[in-house]
Amino acid sequence: MSELVLHYEVEGANFSAAGEASSAVKRVLSRLGLSDKVVRRASICLYEGEINMVIHASGGVIDVTVFPDRLEMVLKDTGPGIRNLEEAMREGFSTASDSVRDLGFGAGMGLPNMKKYADDITVESEVGVGTTVRMVVRLDG
Amino acid sequence: MTIAQVRDILEARVLSGAELLENEVHSACGSDLMSDVLAFVKDQSVLLTGLLNLQVVRTAEMMDMKCIVFVRGKVPDETILSLAAARGMVVMSTGFRMYNACGRLYAAGLVSLEGVR
Ligand SMILES: Nc1ncnc2c1ncn2[C@@H]1O[C@H](COP(=O)(O)OP(=O)(O)OP(=O)(O)O)[C@@H](O)[C@H]1O
Ligand SMILES: [Mg+2]
Repeated sequence: MSELVLHYEVEGANFSAAGEASSAVKRVLSRLGLSDKVVRRASICLYEGEINMVIHASGGVIDVTVFPDRLEMVLKDTGPGIRNLEEAMREGFSTASDSVRDLGFGAGMGLPNMKKYADDITVESEVGVGTTVRMVVRLDG
Repeated sequence: MTIAQVRDILEARVLSGAELLENEVHSACGSDLMSDVLAFVKDQSVLLTGLLNLQVVRTAEMMDMKCIVFVRGKVPDETILSLAAARGMVVMSTGFRMYNACGRLYAAGLVSLEGVR
């Protein structure tokens, strides 16, 4: 069985468009007949990552590959990077500005949510270079 | 309860999705922080919020929510309403503030699934 590959470019600094890629992926996954729970978990992970790319970086690219047994989602940006990953993964840690908070983000829950709902997550980040988040969601989950 | 009952309890005005009012909803979540809403993967059907932007609809979409209630009399613009309509959600606006709106629904039997695993 061949895998399905989805690719999206995410615009930075376009808050209204943020989430369009996640929405498109969610609709594709639903049509594939995956369980609601798997689709929702994958959608939450992707959406949190997409929002982060918009509010903390300057957009980036998203690649989603659907394998027979799992989804792999890679979000890559060339934003400012994360100085302390351990700190960033902690519930409640956020560097979001007040203007971002006014939009309903900046609870410091995005990365913890991604960790909770992905079966596997790795975050690679270098200050001044960018951030790459890889997540796997198993289809039998 | 049905979404029509939610409307009645909140004395709300339906702004889009009037044809979906007979759908059933079983739980709700009230927040102005979207990641807080996204933290509970369980079925939450109604989102109450005082926040007014497109990401409210996106968040509800990711969670398969069926109804968005804007509290404190807030009325969303056309882009928000049309995205919600395209995703099959009911949108309503209530004059109650968050605490009262949530309290009314909770007292009427619409639960929170926080802590339910
Ligand atoms: N792609 C990214 N580029 C640079 N920094 C990031 C990126 N993603 C996350 N961060 C940093 O990690 C912190 C924690 O991210 P997380 O998603 O958990 O919380 P948040 O985005 O601040 O708030 P929330 O997700 O609850 O809206 C951010 O505040 C930011 O400092
Ligand atoms: Mg975030």
